[in-house]
Amino acid sequence: MKLGHIVGMAAVAALAVAPLAAQAQKRGGELRFAVSAEPPNYDCHANSSFAFIHPVRPHYNTLLKFDAAHYPKVKGDLAESWTISKDGLTYTFKLHKGVKFHDGSDFTSADVKASYERIYNPPQGVVSLRKGAYSDISSIETPDAHTVVFKLKAPNSAMLALFASPWDCIYSAEKLKQDPNFPQRNILGTGPFTFVEHAAGSHWVGKRFEGYFEKGKPYLDGFRAIFIRNTAARVNALQAGEVLAEFRGHSPADRDKLVESVGDKVNVHESPWACALVVTHNTEKKPFNDARVRRALSLAVDRWGGAQALSKIALVRHVGGVLRPGYDLAPSEQELVRYPGFGKDIEKARAEAKRLLKEAGVPNLKFKFTNRNVPMPYTPVGVFLIDQWRQIGVTAEHEQLETKLYQAALRSGNYEVGLDYNCDFMDEPNLQLQKYVSASKSTINYARYDDPKLDELFEKQVRAGTKEERIKYLRAFEQRVLEQAYTVPTIWWHRIVVTWKQLKGWHMSPSHYLNQDLTDVWLDQ
Amino acid sequence: MAAVPAPEITYKVPKRRHPVVQFALTQPLGTAGLLIIIVMFVAGVFAPWVAPYDPLALDYGAMLAAPSWEHWLGTDAFGRDVFSRIIFGARTALMVGFLSSIIGCTVGAVIGVVSAYFGGRIDMVVQRLMDVLLSFPIIVLALAVVTVLGKWKVLGLDMNLIVAIAIPMVPKVARVVRSSALAIREMPYIDAARAAGFSHSRIMFRHIIPNVVAPYLIMLTAFVAQAILLEASLSFLGLGVTEPSAAWGLMLSGSSQEFYREAPWMIIFPGVAISLAVFAFNLFGDSLRDWLDPKLKL
Amino acid sequence: MLRYTIHRLLLMIPTLAGVAVLVFIMLRMMPGDIVELRLLAEGGSVDPATIAAERARLGLDKSLWHQFWDWMGGLLTGDLGTSMWTGRPVVEEIASRLELSMQVAIMATVLATVLAIPLGTLAALYQNTWIDQIIRVFAIAGLAVPSFWLGMIFILVLLLSFNWIPPLTYTPIYVDPWQNLSQLIWPALAVGYRYSAVATRMTRSTVLEVLREDYIRTARAKGVWERLVVSRHAMRNAMLPVVTVIGLEFAFLIGGLVVTEQVFNLNGLGKLFVETVTRGDYTMVQALVMLIAGFFIFINFAVDLLYAALDPRIRYG
Repeated sequence: MKLGHIVGMAAVAALAVAPLAAQAQKRGGELRFAVSAEPPNYDCHANSSFAFIHPVRPHYNTLLKFDAAHYPKVKGDLAESWTISKDGLTYTFKLHKGVKFHDGSDFTSADVKASYERIYNPPQGVVSLRKGAYSDISSIETPDAHTVVFKLKAPNSAMLALFASPWDCIYSAEKLKQDPNFPQRNILGTGPFTFVEHAAGSHWVGKRFEGYFEKGKPYLDGFRAIFIRNTAARVNALQAGEVLAEFRGHSPADRDKLVESVGDKVNVHESPWACALVVTHNTEKKPFNDARVRRALSLAVDRWGGAQALSKIALVRHVGGVLRPGYDLAPSEQELVRYPGFGKDIEKARAEAKRLLKEAGVPNLKFKFTNRNVPMPYTPVGVFLIDQWRQIGVTAEHEQLETKLYQAALRSGNYEVGLDYNCDFMDEPNLQLQKYVSASKSTINYARYDDPKLDELFEKQVRAGTKEERIKYLRAFEQRVLEQAYTVPTIWWHRIVVTWKQLKGWHMSPSHYLNQDLTDVWLDQ
Repeated sequence: MAAVPAPEITYKVPKRRHPVVQFALTQPLGTAGLLIIIVMFVAGVFAPWVAPYDPLALDYGAMLAAPSWEHWLGTDAFGRDVFSRIIFGARTALMVGFLSSIIGCTVGAVIGVVSAYFGGRIDMVVQRLMDVLLSFPIIVLALAVVTVLGKWKVLGLDMNLIVAIAIPMVPKVARVVRSSALAIREMPYIDAARAAGFSHSRIMFRHIIPNVVAPYLIMLTAFVAQAILLEASLSFLGLGVTEPSAAWGLMLSGSSQEFYREAPWMIIFPGVAISLAVFAFNLFGDSLRDWLDPKLKL
Repeated sequence: MLRYTIHRLLLMIPTLAGVAVLVFIMLRMMPGDIVELRLLAEGGSVDPATIAAERARLGLDKSLWHQFWDWMGGLLTGDLGTSMWTGRPVVEEIASRLELSMQVAIMATVLATVLAIPLGTLAALYQNTWIDQIIRVFAIAGLAVPSFWLGMIFILVLLLSFNWIPPLTYTPIYVDPWQNLSQLIWPALAVGYRYSAVATRMTRSTVLEVLREDYIRTARAKGVWERLVVSRHAMRNAMLPVVTVIGLEFAFLIGGLVVTEQVFNLNGLGKLFVETVTRGDYTMVQALVMLIAGFFIFINFAVDLLYAALDPRIRYG
C-alpha cells in the first residue's frame, strides 16, 4: 500500500534541459570527469560520500535503480521484474539471466542474498552503514537461481525505493564467503565497467566490460575520474575541456563563467536538490533549552530574501521546510509561509524575535556558531546567517572547523549553535525526518532533545493508510518542529551541473548520488 | 657579534646626526620599507575612519562588482567592499604578525640566553629540544596547535593561530641568540661578574641581554614578515582567521576560490597587500641588519 | 673526522626520538575520530557498536603506551603499517607521491641555484650601486610574494589568455617529458622564485664577507672582478652557507608545498600531509613526519660534516 506513495510520486524535478530527441548512440571514447574527493576504500556498503559513488558505481549493479530520465520512478537493474504481495510483506524479484561478474563467474540469486545479508545483518568485522534502513527485512529466500524473495517483518513505505539505493552494490557470494571484507580492497561487480586502476590521490580508471548483460552497452570505452580537491582547479579543468563534467554541482557564478567562456560548447542542467543546511541548537546548553530563544533565531532569518540573494553566489535557492520544496509530500508555498520563520514580512518577524529574546532574558545574545570548513555552500550560508542575526542584536562568533572536528563537536554536543546538513539520495520522509526524531531514537539528532510528540507523529506518517493521511501527519510534524525550532532548515540546495555537449545520455536528478552508473552515457565525437 | 659596526677608518669627523636621520640617509630601501609600514599602521589603526565601507556589511545589490568609483577595488561574493576589507585586514595582519613574533622571539631569546649561560647538560637538552622543533614540519605543527588549542580569542584575536605561528620561530631565534650569548659569556667581564658573586639573573639581565638586543630586533622584524605570510597560508587552508573577519589570507581562500575567475580583483588585491606588507618588513629588516649588525646571518 | 661523524650521528637519535614522541602526542591531542569521520561524514547513521568494532580493528581502543610501543616496534623493524583511512600500506601511499614532490623540489632547486649564484655575486660586487639595489628588490620581493598566490596568478593568466591549464594528472618524466614538464614547470616557477630569493640574499652576504677579508683587501688596487678571482679559494669555503640554505630549502620543499599543491592540484606529499592530518590518519601522519624530519636532520648532518671537513677547527671545537 505505502509503496503507492513511492511509485506514485509525481516527477518533480524541474529540469532546465528538456530531454533531447532520440539520437543514435555512438560507441567509443573515454569519459573524463572530475570528482572533488576520493573514496577511502572500495566497499559500497561502508561508504556514504558522493565521491565514492561517482567512480565506483559504474563497476556495479543494484537490484533496482532509479529511472534516470524519470526520477522518482524506479526500474529494474539486475531484477527483470518484481511483485509485491498484498500485505506488503513479501517482495519477489525475477533476475536477469546471463549476467556475469567481471571475473567471468555467473551471477545468481545467491549473490543478491549474500549482499543484502551483508547489508542488514553484517558479519563480525564488516561495516554496514545502512543496516538500520533495512532492519524490516526478516529473511531472504532463493527458490531458484534467478528468483529472490524478501520477507519483511512489517510493511515499509520506503522499501521499494530502498532496493534502488545506489549503495546496495551486489557482490559475489563466493568471494564474500572467502572473505567478508573482500569488497573493501577489490572491485568485482557485474556492472558496465571493469576496474583498471586507482592511482591514489590522482585518478580512477574503468574500461568497458565486454561481457555486460545489456547487449551493446555500455557505449563508452571507459571512464576516468580525476580527483581535484580545489574548487577553482576543478572549474578551470572544466573550462579548459580537460574534463567533460563534474557531477556534484557548481555554484551559480561558476556556471555563469563557464557559459560566458565556453557557452556554445556546454549544456547546463539545473534541479532542486534533496539537500538542506539546517541550523541546529544544542538544547542541552543554555539558553538554547528555551524554545523562545531558538524560535527567535529562526524568525530573524529572511529566508525568502536570502534565497534570492544567495542563489547568485551559492548553490542554494529554495525555501522549504523539513521536506524538499517541490516534492509532492512537501507543503505548498501558502502552507509554508504560515510556519514561524517562513513568513514574508521580515520586519514583523524580527520585531517578534527581539521581543522573544527580551522575554527570555537574553536581548543581547552572544554565542559561538559552529560551521563546517567546506567553502560551498557552508561559508556563504554561515556568513549570511551571522549577518541576519546581527540585525536583531545577536552576536554569533563564527567557528569553521575541519570536517573531523566539526563532526566531533556536533556529535558530542560540544557546541552551542551549529550549521548541520540533511542530505539523502532520494526524497523520502522516513529517511529525511531522522534528523528531527528524538535523540534516543536517532543517531543524527545533534540537537540532543527527546520529543515524544514528534516520535508519535513520525510513526503515524509511516503507518498512514493514504497519502492524504500521511500528508496530514507530516504537516503536523513540520509545524511542531518549526515551533519548537530545535533544528530548523535554512535554505534548500539547488543543483547545477555543467557538461560538455559531446556528453550525452546523462540525466539530471535532485540527488548527486543517482544516475551515475554511466551505462547509457555516450560521447558524440 | 657585538652590536658595534666595524668602523671604517675615515678622516672626516662625522656629524652627529639623529639616528633616524642617519638611518634614512644610509638605508634608502629600508626607509622606503619603513614608510610603507607606517602607512599600514595608520591605515590599520584608523581603519574605521579610512575605510569607505563597513568591512562586514553585506550588500546583495553589489555582489562581485568590478572596481569602480564606488568600490575602488571591487566587491567580493557578498558585496563587501574589497578595499575596506584590505584596510581592516591590515589590522589583523599587523596584530597577528607583531604579537606572534614578539611571543616567538622573546621565548626563543630567553631559551637561547639561558641555554648559553648555563651551558653543559641544560644546554645539551635545550639544544636537542630545539632540534626537534626545527625539524618538525611547520604545517603539521601549525595544524596541530590550531586544533588542539581550539578557538581561543583574546581581544578579538585568534590566540591559537598566533601561538601556532610563534612556535616555529622559537628554535630559530634560540639558535642565533645562543651563539651571540655564547660569545659574550666568554668575555672576561662576565667571569669577573661571576667572581664578584653576582646572581645569575643579574648577570643575564645586566650584561648578556643588552648584547643580544640587536639580533633580537633584527629577527623580530624579519619574523613579522614571515608571520604575515604564514598567516596567509594557514587562512588559505582554512586554519586561520575565519569568516566574516577581514584578513588578507582569508580573502584569498574560501569563496574567492569559487570566484576568482569571474572576479580576479578578489584575489589580486589581497595578494598585492600581503606581498607589499611582507616586502616592506623585509626591506626594513634587511636595512636594520646592515645598520646594526652586518655580520648576522639568519 | 670519524669520531666527529659518529658523534654527530649519535646526536641524531635523540632528535628523531623527540620528533616521534611529539608527533604521537600531538595527534592524540587533536579532537575528532577517524572512524566517525569515515563512516559518518556524509550523514550516515551508524550504530555505536559498528564504530567501536572499527576502532578496535584499527587498534585505537588500546592504551596510548600500547599504541606507542606498537608503532615504535614497527618503525624499528621497518614496518610502517597501513593507512587508517584507505587501508593501503603507508609505504605505498607515500611512494606514489614522493616522485612528484622530489621532481618539483629538484626543478625549483635548479632554478634557484642558476639564478641565485650569479645574481647574488653580482649584487655583492656592485654593492650599493643601482645593480645591487635592483637585485635586492628582486630578491626581497621574492620573499614577499606568497608562492601559492603567484601560482593562482599563473593559472589565471594561462586560462584567460590561452584557455589552457596545466595537465591535471601526473605523468612521469621518463614516460612523456613534455606532458610532465608542462604540468610541473608552473609550480616549480612559483616556488622557485621565493627559493632563488633566499639563495640570492645568502650569496650576496657571503660574497660581501669574503670581499671584506683582509687578504682580499690587499688586492684592493685591482678591480672587483680581479678581487673575485683572487678570492677564488676563499670563495669555495665561503659558499658553504649558500649550500646550507639550498639544502635546507630543498628539505623543506619535499613536504612543504602544501598550499601550492592545492592550487595546482598536484598529488604530492604536501597535499597528502594536509589530508591525512585533517583526517587524523595517525599511521600516515606519523610516517610522513618521521620521513620529512629525518630528511631534514640528514641534510643538516651532511652540511655539518661538510663544514667539518673543510674547517678542522669545528671537529675539535
